[in-house]
Amino acid sequence: MTAKTLFDKIWDAHVVKQVEDGPNVLYIDRHFIHEVTSPVAFLGLKNRGLPVFRPDKTTATPDHNVPTINQHLSVKDELSRHQLEMLKTNCTEHGIVHHDLGSEGHGIVHIIGPEMGLTQPGMDIVCGDSHTSTHGAFGAIAFGIGTSEVEMVLASQCIMQPKPKKMKITVNGKIGKGVSAKDIALYIISKISASGGTGYFIEYAGSAITGLSMEGRMTLCNLSIESGARGGMIAPDETTFEYIKGREFAPKGADWDKALATWKELKTDSDAVFDTELTYDAADIEPMITYGTNPGMGIGVSQNIPTTEGMGGSDKTTFEKSLQYMGFAAGDSIKGKTVDYVFLGSCTNGRIEDFREFAAFVKGKEKAPNITAWLVPGSKQVENQIREEGLIPILEEAGFELRQPGCSACLAMNDDKIPTGKYSVSTSNRNFEGRQGPGARTLLASPLTAAAAAVTGVISDPREMM
Amino acid sequence: MAYDKFNKIISSAVPLQIENVDTDQIIPARFLKAVERKGFGDNLFRDWRYEKNGSAKEGFPLNNKNYSGKILVGAKNFGSGSSREHAAWAIYDYGFRVVVSSFFADIFKGNALNNGLLPVVVTPDFLQKIFDAIETDANAIFEVDLEKQKFTISSTGESIDFEINPYKKHCLQNGLDDIDYLVDLKNEIAAFEVA
Ligand code: SF4
Repeated sequence: MTAKTLFDKIWDAHVVKQVEDGPNVLYIDRHFIHEVTSPVAFLGLKNRGLPVFRPDKTTATPDHNVPTINQHLSVKDELSRHQLEMLKTNCTEHGIVHHDLGSEGHGIVHIIGPEMGLTQPGMDIVCGDSHTSTHGAFGAIAFGIGTSEVEMVLASQCIMQPKPKKMKITVNGKIGKGVSAKDIALYIISKISASGGTGYFIEYAGSAITGLSMEGRMTLCNLSIESGARGGMIAPDETTFEYIKGREFAPKGADWDKALATWKELKTDSDAVFDTELTYDAADIEPMITYGTNPGMGIGVSQNIPTTEGMGGSDKTTFEKSLQYMGFAAGDSIKGKTVDYVFLGSCTNGRIEDFREFAAFVKGKEKAPNITAWLVPGSKQVENQIREEGLIPILEEAGFELRQPGCSACLAMNDDKIPTGKYSVSTSNRNFEGRQGPGARTLLASPLTAAAAAVTGVISDPREMM
Repeated sequence: MAYDKFNKIISSAVPLQIENVDTDQIIPARFLKAVERKGFGDNLFRDWRYEKNGSAKEGFPLNNKNYSGKILVGAKNFGSGSSREHAAWAIYDYGFRVVVSSFFADIFKGNALNNGLLPVVVTPDFLQKIFDAIETDANAIFEVDLEKQKFTISSTGESIDFEINPYKKHCLQNGLDDIDYLVDLKNEIAAFEVA
């Protein structure tokens, strides 16, 4: 038998059929849907007169569009409200579990799945959202799909996909103080570029990776898509099993033992071959921040914005256009730049550990007067936990208040928009032009670096204040 | 979603010489609130195309009356970022049937193919030749022959072969989509579930 990668093993086990000269028909174990990319898919089913094939394998929650204050009131924006209502109606009609706004299960799709134990090793998971890659942290194949594919899953529990190439990224060693999974991810993307992973599915390995908590692993896998890769995954281990055990939809009793035995087999064979392998040293990674308009434009927070030296032709034009949008000059130090907004949240960094880190950092300090801070938990459960752990008074004393769960300023579909020209240090995943609102200038960073900016009012190195 | 059968397209092209065009630029998030697949073309490249007050931004290629046609010529790494299929819908709805680039993001490419929009990958050199041809003559004509998998610059006669998966080619040529295929496969899928 030929040696296989973890990715091969899971993929091959889900191929219903290989279309001659075409893609694989891939069976999907778990499907998540939200209000933005599903209505047209349901409409498609209706027009074709098709039922949902396996309603029990789809889970729904509204997240992209929801307000993050006064969630108990009717949603003000008419179009948003209509999308939320459509999701509810479609789910009711087709018998799909729906965690509505305000309910205990509500939250960002990629946060509630793992939280409920719906995300498990060996599965393949899709959602009409590119950051579905998050679930790869559990040793699952998880990736984002388009609305046509959402319709395919609803209609047949399958999609048609060509098999991607495989890349292995190893990070050895131990990350330093003040460095987190977010920094590892931004570091990797700054090395391979925002398109360097295109066509690949990544497996992360090495001691710096296995040393991460499940939440850190989710942050890392979440950002895989920002290198252009379809997804990223990490082989499941004790940390994974420990996290899943006892969660609502985790296997129980004898089923647990059986599942565990299977999960323990999920690793890449030692002589399996990847199409590309890259290795990094954790010691080289410092707290990262982006200065440009794609996630590949990142530097260590103590470094200077690159110059155009050695850059040619279209690369130079693209770089200059990006700096112009950001209002930065090549060669400038990033540290000390004034910040207007700080956003803690999103499916990248909206989990409890992120809030713990942020709270621990700002404890006893004070929010800078020039900063507007939006602290948005990724789910109702995270919100509850923040409360139970007594983080609210710490945050409030430092001048911060907590909002309610949703995607919020990650994509600014709701009212949480950064105004034109303002600078936002954001723990989310995309710094594209206008991503956080028309004209908004986004600098991606970890919760710690965001916290440092929030209390100083400027880009700061969190390590100097810990 | 049914779309037009794709065969051969002979048309002028609109040049968009910007790299790393992400789907947030193609269709900004605030226009994703529709529950039907209609009218996205109006907001294609919204923030590059219009000022805040809604007036057209001079200089943006889509606003340049000299350019028209069914082919959009993009630069390197087109369609990165969000998986929103609305990006492909907006480009199609605007009237494009072909997008050319030297490099496409994966999800965008898949979404385009699922919606009757043909992504054509050419070499960086050839891409430059296309831009040059449009610069010489804004009405320069190009021929996209799906059957032969050939993209030709009519004025110079230079052409390049492009790749497409044979299954996807068949779907495009016949206006079929994957859902038709999968629904026919239901028995096999059900058998797979119990296996
Ligand atoms: S938080 Fe941002 S990236 Fe995550 S699902 Fe929501 S919009 Fe997408």
